[in-house]
Amino acid sequence: MLPAALRDAALAALVAGALALPMLGFRLVDSASGLTLAGRFDLVAWAAGLVFCGRLLIRLLPPLPAFPALPARLGDLRLKAGWAMAAIALILPFLPFADRNLVDKATMVLIYVMLGWGLNIVVGLAGLLDLGFVAFYAVGAYSYALLSQTFGLSFWVCLPLAGVLSAGFGLALGFPVLRLRGDYLAIVTLGFGEIIRVILQNWQDVTGGPNGISGIERPSLFGLSFKAAAPEGRQTFAEFFGLDYSADHRVIFLYFLILALALATNLFTLRIRRLPVGRAWEALRDDEIACRSLGINPTTVKLSAFALGAMFAGFAGSFFATRQGFISPESFTFIESAVILAIVVLGGMGSQIGIVLAALLLVGLPEWFRELQQYRMLAFGGAMVLIMLWKPSGLLSHREPTIRLGNAP
Amino acid sequence: MSRSDRPAPEGLLLNVEHVTMRFGGLFAVKDLSFSARSGEITAVIGPNGAGKTTLFNCITGFYKPQVGRMTLHHPDGEFLLERLDDHAINRRARVARTFQNIRLFAKMSVLENLIVAQHAALMKASVFSLAGLLGLRSYREAERAAVAKARHWLERVGLTELADAEAGSLPYGHQRRLEIARAMCTDPLLLCLDEPAAGLNPRESAELNRLLRSIRDQDGIGLLLIEHDMSVVMEISDQVVVLDYGKKIAEGSPVEIRRDPAVIRAYLGEPDDTELPLTGGASC
Repeated sequence: MLPAALRDAALAALVAGALALPMLGFRLVDSASGLTLAGRFDLVAWAAGLVFCGRLLIRLLPPLPAFPALPARLGDLRLKAGWAMAAIALILPFLPFADRNLVDKATMVLIYVMLGWGLNIVVGLAGLLDLGFVAFYAVGAYSYALLSQTFGLSFWVCLPLAGVLSAGFGLALGFPVLRLRGDYLAIVTLGFGEIIRVILQNWQDVTGGPNGISGIERPSLFGLSFKAAAPEGRQTFAEFFGLDYSADHRVIFLYFLILALALATNLFTLRIRRLPVGRAWEALRDDEIACRSLGINPTTVKLSAFALGAMFAGFAGSFFATRQGFISPESFTFIESAVILAIVVLGGMGSQIGIVLAALLLVGLPEWFRELQQYRMLAFGGAMVLIMLWKPSGLLSHREPTIRLGNAP
Repeated sequence: MSRSDRPAPEGLLLNVEHVTMRFGGLFAVKDLSFSARSGEITAVIGPNGAGKTTLFNCITGFYKPQVGRMTLHHPDGEFLLERLDDHAINRRARVARTFQNIRLFAKMSVLENLIVAQHAALMKASVFSLAGLLGLRSYREAERAAVAKARHWLERVGLTELADAEAGSLPYGHQRRLEIARAMCTDPLLLCLDEPAAGLNPRESAELNRLLRSIRDQDGIGLLLIEHDMSVVMEISDQVVVLDYGKKIAEGSPVEIRRDPAVIRAYLGEPDDTELPLTGGASC
């Protein structure tokens, strides 16, 4: 036992040392005779020593304690937790400690919750690994920005249009990848995400290239704008309700807007899971060949998952554009796709509440600990490794059947 | 749907003519012809590698044979199976199948497995999911009917108690029966079973025989089954087709098959007393 552990630890230390030598071992020093190379071999030794001790500890200590077992029938508990969360989200802006900053951050988290719920349709329910989901988010954002600036359409007209356009792009991605699954599908979707970003970056005439689009129209509430002064013949929100103008009104309005959009996504997903389409998605995830033997056409099932998932990303995208007032390809890089996918996987594929928890963890925490920005990726990676060791199927991975014989309709 | 040129004899369900399926230079099924009738159990037997599963995959559309014709005779027309997609073979030609290595939707509940099998009917009732999303009465009624049918089949296979359990967690024998129930929920006219008795103990095997007979007698559909277990084949089949190296070597009632010298040779090999070992190559 011990010799084996020692050998293992020595090997790990060797690898760490070999990696650390070029990365930590040398440093350029500005000396009288120009730049010279100075050795920092003590750091290399430290790195190797740390890895040796850490590896030895992992081998000698007992494995991590099992995750506390959740009650077998979670149905009621989940429902209660869901309602409680929705209630907290509803009153959040009016809580005494809620300031503009908090509401702003909560809005950010909700965008990711909505994106997570959208991607959950594709990855969690239909089991199609999509690494380019951010492309649909971008399509939604640019659709709104361009439609609103070119044709002067309002947010409320553009929102469904952006959803339809994104769904169209979802279909466009869906067709070529119908025969692919797993790793191959992931590679193609990854490429698709990059293609969209590169087009946005380079199609200067239409998308403004790297400069992006600025001055995007802000949303209004039934024609009441949230600006300090309304345009000719219109009223502002503050005037209409006889309030003093405050910039907070818009922040709170945006918060409720994304809350409504996210809840609509959730409601839709919960509902469609109980419909033939939703069941076919889950069946496809479990076994495509069995699906075909039962007369289910996998083409339509996959395309519907891609299109509907993309549609919600499109809604979220146009919200993002109207909230920021400025968009550029910078906001739609691969790391965004990775974060959304991480939210879905961490939450437990297919679990709606799990996704909220994961979004709070992965988006909320880094927002609050901005000072520790440097360590963000470190913590991110560490948390992922821990979850995979501890609970490989995600935070909440228990699946409730969509229909029971007992309470059948 | 396409009509063949001659009228079908009474009770004829599946007519396989000159089917050849080749993988590279290997003939998995070679010039095979046989037919199966409604209300009968037709067994396809043969040694390992004889092409039984390949034949099944051709009939259910997972493979497309290079040569041959497979006609399914319906009350309302004839379908040429080699021209239909695999999912259309189930939905339109009404051929259902099970798999040698059970393919259930393991993470879904037993009941959900049976509901998914009724996808086409429910999809129609849900009108592009709109009626379903709005919870209209027409959809709720369709769902109730689907549950009633699922309940019927759960009772037939004796799994009512386990309706809400995860399908993947069931014992092996139960999974086999659930897969048959799921195939039956698609309302087939021909049910193809790929080694349904594999891995079952004698008691489960006897239960399976009872179930298959009840499907034949009560539902009046045709059954086509691949089987290794001779006790099952001899006991329940009405007609047996024997394959060896992709070719049909015998066809007839179980009693005839049991006495057929070609079958005995295929299963037991050449008798040892032949002095010249080279003549053994003539068995196929």
